[in-house]
Amino acid sequence: MIEINEDLCKGCGLCVAFCPKDVLKMSNRLTKKGVHPPEVIKEEDCILCDNCMIYCPDLAIVVGEEEKID
Amino acid sequence: MTKRVLSGLHFMQGNVACAEGAIAAGCRFFAGYPITPASEIAERMARRLPEVGGTYAQMEDEIGSIAAVVGASWTGTKAMTATSGPGISLMLENIGYAIATETPCVIVNVQRGAPSTGTPSLPLQGDVIQARRGSHGEYEIIALAPSSPQEMFDLTIKAFNLSEKLRTPVFILADAFVGHMREEVMIPEEDKINLVERKLPSSGMNFNEYKSSLDEDVAPMPIFGKGFKSHVTGSTHNSYGKRKVADPEALDYYIKSLNNKIRKYKKEIISVESDIKDSEVVLVSYGTTYRVVREARRRLEEEGINVGSFRLVSLWPFPDEEVENLARKVKKILVLENNLGQMVSYVKAAAKGEAEVVFLPPRILGTLHDPDTVVRKVKEVIG
Amino acid sequence: MKMVHPLIKYVRPGYLSTTTCSGCGNGIVAQSVLRAIDELKMNIDDFVFVSGIGCAAWIPSPFFNADVLHTTHGRPIAFATGVKLSSPELKVMVISGDGDLVAIGGNHFIHAARRNIDLTVICVNNGIYGMTGGQVAPTTPFGLKTTTTPYGNAERPFDLCKLGEAAGAVYVARWTTYHARQLTKSVKKAIQKKGFCFIEVVSQCPVQFGRRTGAGDAVAMMQGYKNNSVNIKKIGKLKEEELEGKIVVGEFVDREGPELCEEIAKMRERIG
Repeated sequence: MIEINEDLCKGCGLCVAFCPKDVLKMSNRLTKKGVHPPEVIKEEDCILCDNCMIYCPDLAIVVGEEEKID
Repeated sequence: MTKRVLSGLHFMQGNVACAEGAIAAGCRFFAGYPITPASEIAERMARRLPEVGGTYAQMEDEIGSIAAVVGASWTGTKAMTATSGPGISLMLENIGYAIATETPCVIVNVQRGAPSTGTPSLPLQGDVIQARRGSHGEYEIIALAPSSPQEMFDLTIKAFNLSEKLRTPVFILADAFVGHMREEVMIPEEDKINLVERKLPSSGMNFNEYKSSLDEDVAPMPIFGKGFKSHVTGSTHNSYGKRKVADPEALDYYIKSLNNKIRKYKKEIISVESDIKDSEVVLVSYGTTYRVVREARRRLEEEGINVGSFRLVSLWPFPDEEVENLARKVKKILVLENNLGQMVSYVKAAAKGEAEVVFLPPRILGTLHDPDTVVRKVKEVIG
Repeated sequence: MKMVHPLIKYVRPGYLSTTTCSGCGNGIVAQSVLRAIDELKMNIDDFVFVSGIGCAAWIPSPFFNADVLHTTHGRPIAFATGVKLSSPELKVMVISGDGDLVAIGGNHFIHAARRNIDLTVICVNNGIYGMTGGQVAPTTPFGLKTTTTPYGNAERPFDLCKLGEAAGAVYVARWTTYHARQLTKSVKKAIQKKGFCFIEVVSQCPVQFGRRTGAGDAVAMMQGYKNNSVNIKKIGKLKEEELEGKIVVGEFVDREGPELCEEIAKMRERIG
């Protein structure tokens, strides 16, 4: 699971640039801050490497295990 | 275990008495840099602090010294530095920081011949205005002026007490004369010495929810290492430690509350010694020039001439009211300073023309006035 | 389901949204430090963070929910010395910029290293004075045009790690923001090692450095770090000319020495 906090995102693009699996892409939308946030385009390819989390300077992206619902 | 307080009667050098006063006041951290005529204070602290469980640090320069003192104070430790004019010049930025962050600490200036390198071992009362206005910006400061080794001991304790109570740096404005002279110093029993400790917040208090600064009634100090999650900054801030550098209202509040905190307690800080009776002429002095006044009065009394004495024990905040009242009672005020006139301007302003104010320096700067010259001047003024 | 970033618990409530520029390396350094403390399972209340003036100094101030001392320009190491000497049981960490720590603060830096006082000093090196608008710094590459070197920088830059080593630091490492994981590892080591531990982090300033000098945006600068860095363990194989323009990263020094607080404690015992 990948969640993006658009209130904190500053649209720097580091998460997109350093994702080894091209799971993210900069969107065309604009947030309240006036920047383009990333969007998840291939969630199933995410390998939970944490690169996006580690490189986001604003703690705006969180990656975690999918919650399994029985 | 060595005694913390060396109670008893001593024949002691002023600088050493100052160091002993600090230790008696509970000072347990000293950071400094060697400089004539203050080095003896550092040397005494280097020897005594480890004996009483404290720490001495010789820093790479005076800027580092005052920085280390402020850092130590923020762990709850009473801290002091001692230097002379050139060192104060270097320290001024961080003294402003101590004022802005409301950090208790004591700064001793054993004044010497200046400007610049000047004459390290001669006294001059040249840094009096520097203590008041040397750092940039709008602030109040507290300064005390000892006139004897005994007062080097007593007033250093008072300086610590004022700094703890008001969470502010306090200056001791000594000079090479009182720093290096030796005289009787009576050190009381430890239990007879009254000490003041800074207020702390109660444990568990949330930093965002109580005033930790900018309170006219002195906010509790959220020292480090207690889980207070303190945010201390020299940037303009609000009472909750939040840096606020975009709006003028924040600057206005920051300046006024820091200044009002000292002004509100003027009555407790100000200390003057007044002996006027019905003299029409009064000699105003502070620090070592008081010793001249004492001797001049003694000689005048032998001739049946009564001249008053008004001594400033505390220099800052300036005792405006007290001087105004004095000016109403007398006709002539002679101000004795070992400089070209620093406090005299404030005396004149406070006197508001109620009495004539005359400045009297020594014939040669860097020495004390010749008492006979003062006697002659008084007689001349009386007419 | 709302996931919470694992490091939020270390951020001062109400201060999560920071003032840093988009893509600034500061946030990456902040995360790396907090992650180190988290992985060591240490209590952040046992730390005191000290910083000076400049953008990097805003990493702990006010962002970290801990005791933070934001001091005057160049002086955090001197303030930190006072904190540590008077309360040696506290872990004291200095986080500040290159201009702050080695230009105006140079004297305090070399003496603290010489004394080997137990501090962790993280120098965020962006090669410029960012906060004031992009003036040349003692770490700016030779020849670079900045706002105060409009015709090109005529001065050579410091090698901060060599400086720290020469002054006596017992641990010296350099990473870039690209090496965030290795940075966390070094911070953990430095926190646990007694003595003066110095970590330089080459970090992107996309606005005052990147945009002005043509180095590019945050992505371009970090890709530059990735492509131009070489680990110290591997440079034996490279010739002098091949190192031109390269950022050498890794651990340069890891040695022992008498630590100041310990020496003072021993002295106290000696005098009884």
